[in-house]
Amino acid sequence: MWQRRVAALFILLVGAGLGWWVMSNQTSSSRPFKLGLDLSGGTQLVYRADLSSITTNDVGESMEALRDTIERRVNLFGVGEPIVQTQTSGPLAAEREERLIIELPGVTDTNEAIRLIGQTPVLEFRLLKEGVEPPSEGLTPENTNDYFEPSAITGKDLASAQLQFNQSFAGGPSEPVVVLKFNAEGSRAFAELTRDNVGRYFGIFLDGVAISIPIIRESIPDGTAVISGGFLPEEARELARNLNYGALPVPIELISTQTVSATLGEETVRDGLMAGLWGVGFVALFMVIWYRLPGLIAGVALAVYVVVMLALFQLIPVTLTAAGIAAFILSVGMAVDANVLIFERTREELLAGKNIDEAIREGFSRAWLSIRDSNISSMITAVILFWFGTSLIKGFALVFGLGVLVSMLTAITVSRTLLMSVGLHARDGFTRFVFGSGFQK
Amino acid sequence: MFIVSNRNIFFLASAVLFTAAILALGVFGLKMSIEFTGGTLVEVSYESIRTSPEIISESLDAAGLTGYSLRESGELGYTLRTGSLSDEQRTFLASMFTVGDNEAKIDQLSEIGPTIGVELRNKAFVALGLVLVCILLFIAFAFRKVSVPISSWLYGFIALVTLVFDVVVPLGFFALLGVVSGAQVDTLFVTAMLTILGYSVHDTIVVFDRVRENLRINAERGRREDFAATAGRALGQTITRSINTSMTTLISLAALYLLGPESTRVFALTLLVGIVAGTYSSIFLATPLLVAVERWRAKR
Repeated sequence: MWQRRVAALFILLVGAGLGWWVMSNQTSSSRPFKLGLDLSGGTQLVYRADLSSITTNDVGESMEALRDTIERRVNLFGVGEPIVQTQTSGPLAAEREERLIIELPGVTDTNEAIRLIGQTPVLEFRLLKEGVEPPSEGLTPENTNDYFEPSAITGKDLASAQLQFNQSFAGGPSEPVVVLKFNAEGSRAFAELTRDNVGRYFGIFLDGVAISIPIIRESIPDGTAVISGGFLPEEARELARNLNYGALPVPIELISTQTVSATLGEETVRDGLMAGLWGVGFVALFMVIWYRLPGLIAGVALAVYVVVMLALFQLIPVTLTAAGIAAFILSVGMAVDANVLIFERTREELLAGKNIDEAIREGFSRAWLSIRDSNISSMITAVILFWFGTSLIKGFALVFGLGVLVSMLTAITVSRTLLMSVGLHARDGFTRFVFGSGFQK
Repeated sequence: MFIVSNRNIFFLASAVLFTAAILALGVFGLKMSIEFTGGTLVEVSYESIRTSPEIISESLDAAGLTGYSLRESGELGYTLRTGSLSDEQRTFLASMFTVGDNEAKIDQLSEIGPTIGVELRNKAFVALGLVLVCILLFIAFAFRKVSVPISSWLYGFIALVTLVFDVVVPLGFFALLGVVSGAQVDTLFVTAMLTILGYSVHDTIVVFDRVRENLRINAERGRREDFAATAGRALGQTITRSINTSMTTLISLAALYLLGPESTRVFALTLLVGIVAGTYSSIFLATPLLVAVERWRAKR
């Protein structure tokens, strides 16, 4: 008997300790809960990369360059904990798309967020197609592909940009130009390109617009190129500065935005917390009223469940969203399902004339198959949902799946240990009453 | 067991409910959210007083917005649904709602591109299909052993019938909700439906398992009992369990619905309705149907 009591005490202490740990993690901000954009407030932007000017084997590399550039740019603006990631549309999309997902916590003005990303220049280098006359005028971003073909060099090969003033002829005012310096790989590619294509026209495009279309006169081995597009000094300075923060290898197009204000996020957290507290409270109350002593123990097991889940949220860490909170609250109601199954079975065994110890043991072992089956069907749903999910639904599925696993542990192990440690064996009226249920006296 | 002996009453009630749901679906239909169609959803709120919808509509028209739907939300807010915004429209979104000096604040803005919508919609269908296949496998597995007097595929078939009921009732309810409060089918709704499917099928299987267990025990002990009595006994043994497991889930969902965040309120309501329907069908529809089918087969 005393081993059971020690085990029960141990569980209660661990539960309390874990609860304290979760609290202190949150208050000291050492390992706080990670909140999704819909709770913290912020903006998510989804861009589609236009890869029409890229050969297919360059796609991965270009997307990486795209991500790195945007990441650098976002960090520059001091956005806390931004997330920039690439995504390839799944097999169920109408067409294959390469996407860039940017999450900016704390930026709650969509326009500001778009501006922030939009300042990143797109730098492209293209060769005029062979046998095509260079367009004297009327070159638009739409018909660029009719004239120019992609080259091996893109914005990702850029190392730095610098403003310089070219002495113009006849002692006129000097013209501002931007000197591009390629990185090692870019320099090599640029040298090869200029060597192999002497005499061809070469277009430098900024944000889809041709800035200058010089003729390649000779091989350029030193890895520099000059953009001279009749800039005003101020324009050239800004261009050089922007290019220094990185240039995008391919154009991107905004396809989705999602902004949640900080106040709405706070409200969601507050309401979610309230619903969670009352949900746990009422579920526990229901269990106590209906199942009496075992119900009380189920309530304690439920508290342990809540604490373990919260600790896991901090540890993994799980990014909490409104859907995740909903899943958690739903899982609270389902977590005691196992207890209901066990207690109902225990009651039947008691009615069949078994003594309490035996009835509890039988109740647990006989209810197990049913508990297992119901958890399997919930797990299947969780796995499919995780796959189906946008980030919103993934948050739901993760918490739901986690809840199913953890509740199986707490509802069975914890409540079993606690129930066994109570040590009521007598067949007197009091014992019968506290192990009774519902309307039974 | 009164549920089994009065089964015709419950068949009638179920049929009425089912027909009502089908009618609601047919008449009102389901409205797809921008998550599946692509488009824009805006939530705005005012500090203390809401500018009237007529004035806002005028302002939106002037800004060149067409085919939008404007709905009052809460005490001080609006929900605007429209197609994709131009850069300019996005920039002036807050000012479109700010007429005079009653300043509007954008609480939430979602724009979904059509390609993402198509992908999500396809994924939703596949997820629904996958869950259905998994449930079919689950049912087939649960009823793999042959039993008398009813062959095991009939248990499976009736479990499927109740499953259809469990899905159609919340769908019909949601169609009604769409008219009343403008609820739309989004990824959360799909999530709710999938959760209901997984939850409800198990409830039915537990009752049927008990029926077969009782049949087996009867056979072992050589006891003769009417099938209706055996099934009724199984129902009586599991009814508290069915109701109580649902009850705890319903309690937590009610807390989520009443106190929880606005964004998951419709979700909680859908789940509430679905789980009530699922519990109802596994108690009042599944076993009575089983008895009715047995009677019908015995007569032939």
